[in-house]
Amino acid sequence: MKKKLAVLLTGAMVMATLAGCGGGSEEAAAPAAEAPAAEEAPAAEEAPAAEEAPAAEEAPAAEEAPAAEAEAPAADGELITVGIINNDPSESGYRTANDADLKAAFTEENGYSASFAYGNPAVGNANEDQVKAAQQFIQDGVDYLLLSAADTAGWDTVLQDAQDQGVQVILFDRTIDADDSLYAASIVSDMDKEGQTAVDWLANQNLETYNIIHLQGQMGSAAQQGRTKALDDKVAAEDNWNMVEQQTASWNAENAQQIVQSVISSGKEFNVIYAENDDMAKGAVAALDAANISHGVGKDVIVMGFDCNKWALEELLAGNWNYDGQCNPFQSSYIDDVIKTLESGGTPAEKVIIMDEKGFDASTITQEDVDNYGI
Amino acid sequence: MANSEKTSNAGFLKNLVRNQCFIPIAALLLLAVFNLIADPAFFKITLGYNSTGNPVLSGFIIDIINNGSELAILAIGMTLVTAASGGQDISVGAAIAIAGSVILRVLCGGNARPETLQAPIIVAFLVACVVAMLFGAFNGILVAYFKIQPMIATLILYTAGRSIAAWINNNELPVISDPKFAYFGGFIPGIPIPTPCFIAVACMIVIAIVLKVTNLRLYTQAVGINQSSSKLNGLNPEMIKVMAFVILGLCVAVAGLIKVSRVSSINYSVIAKDIEMDAILAVALGGNALSGGKFNMAASIIGAFVIQCLTTTLYKFGVSSTALPAYKAVVVILLVIVSAPTVREYFDTIMKKMKISKEVA
Repeated sequence: MKKKLAVLLTGAMVMATLAGCGGGSEEAAAPAAEAPAAEEAPAAEEAPAAEEAPAAEEAPAAEEAPAAEAEAPAADGELITVGIINNDPSESGYRTANDADLKAAFTEENGYSASFAYGNPAVGNANEDQVKAAQQFIQDGVDYLLLSAADTAGWDTVLQDAQDQGVQVILFDRTIDADDSLYAASIVSDMDKEGQTAVDWLANQNLETYNIIHLQGQMGSAAQQGRTKALDDKVAAEDNWNMVEQQTASWNAENAQQIVQSVISSGKEFNVIYAENDDMAKGAVAALDAANISHGVGKDVIVMGFDCNKWALEELLAGNWNYDGQCNPFQSSYIDDVIKTLESGGTPAEKVIIMDEKGFDASTITQEDVDNYGI
Repeated sequence: MANSEKTSNAGFLKNLVRNQCFIPIAALLLLAVFNLIADPAFFKITLGYNSTGNPVLSGFIIDIINNGSELAILAIGMTLVTAASGGQDISVGAAIAIAGSVILRVLCGGNARPETLQAPIIVAFLVACVVAMLFGAFNGILVAYFKIQPMIATLILYTAGRSIAAWINNNELPVISDPKFAYFGGFIPGIPIPTPCFIAVACMIVIAIVLKVTNLRLYTQAVGINQSSSKLNGLNPEMIKVMAFVILGLCVAVAGLIKVSRVSSINYSVIAKDIEMDAILAVALGGNALSGGKFNMAASIIGAFVIQCLTTTLYKFGVSSTALPAYKAVVVILLVIVSAPTVREYFDTIMKKMKISKEVA
């Protein structure tokens, strides 16, 4: 009896996990499909395991079905087919804007037939899912594969396959560790430059001393490393630049709030908040407000953020923050240029294309900037 | 005469050590003493004014009870789930994202940047309660009726929850500009104590009354200790398990309100990240058996504040927050081992042996 129960339970667990995975991969393609998938779970448990397993494996393939249909008109030679592999749009405001920008640019009106796939770290292995999606796109014979990889490693084989099949690969937003002969172009942000622009701006404020609270992003991410490096170098080089607190808040507003609260409670003096994204700057400002420490243009504490969320630029416009560094999510026009060049038989002038990125100063920002660059 | 007094003294000490609240309180005192020695300023509370001119209290102690509120509220629900089902719900973080997203969706009415609130806050909160309780019921039904391990059953929502939360708001990140919404995670004008403390205390009072006047405690414990015998005694174990998950859902909605109110916005991927682990730890620190059965609500709640006290202490000493989980783990392993029933039994037997050898001598 006990044995039977154990077998049954194991079966149920396996099914539950499978149902979870199945729901996951479906949802990675279309979050809207998630709710029904989750509700189906109890039903799935009643189904025998043998039936459930292949069903779950088929899920990714099923996703591609509409993609294949979408490509049908391309066979007529009219549209350029592109397979776009991106990260989950709900990851951040940056990613949402990035995804929306790509969706708006690669439309049939503009001469493209685009299919999208996403890797979502909240559901299984983002990079593996992306690799699978890439293989599917290559099999479908897309003209271009646009890729923003979750991880830098593990892409050599897929890109080699793409090259063998005559699929041109264009990397956007993130680079990967692969030989640069495997891709046609790479359109990226230069995080080091973003950090440098911000630090240069800060240096131009000519404060007598700089006592800085440095809120770092998720440690190890490219954005964190680039934005940290410039500040670290400057603090090491200048005598009047002091690091009061350097702590990672993992892009999280609430952690940032707790960290700044803690610095305030311990009575340390500071006059600059250098937050590596807008969310953390917002959390820090909440802590400043609670302690009645004035911040913004001409006030006690300089607040710096990154990413140029619309709401953050509005804070700049209102003079509550001082600086916001852009991390440009609008890569579609650059990608479009590269594809046009390749289609006309040319090669892009540079393999690695670094996008223009601005830094906004609260004293010079205009409503137009907010509308144009806010994400 | 003198002899009996001696034994009653020893009995008092023994009762004290045996009391479930002993371990978390001792841990709290230990942290307090450590901070007192390291820097007495830890206990300084100052009355100041915030940028809108309202009085606010500030200091590390305030930070702890303020930031620990959500955890304490979650610990209430998690204790009941643990006691009834003998397992834990690992989806509370994702469920908070859903509840928070629902609140913002109702308040914004689909527009990410509303000038005015589209609905009263209470309505948004009630909708979030209903949604969170439905998700709780979903977990509960999987656990109670389909007999799935709680951790596996809640794994479904754990993986899917944040995506559902993003989908509720069409992947947008709404920002609420109405200052009234910030009261729940901040301060009500004129009251210097952070609002989350009041909310947490209210939750504690409610659960205390519920446990006092209803049979919830008895039934939950009965189901947790022996499901089949509780069934033979006329209880409906499935129903009680589902109820525990639904109550946790309610706690999740309250915690979600505080979380989104703190920053008047939401970030689906990081809101309440890993809070489920802290909530489970709070229950474990409270000396409650993670395999279900008897529970002590007060001990769990104190456990939650121990965890927050530890976090704040580590922040104060500038421990990098990437290293923070490691420090937490070390402390927690120690505490959990000390409060584990087997270890306590072991010490009990040692104490008894010592007593016997003393008597012999």
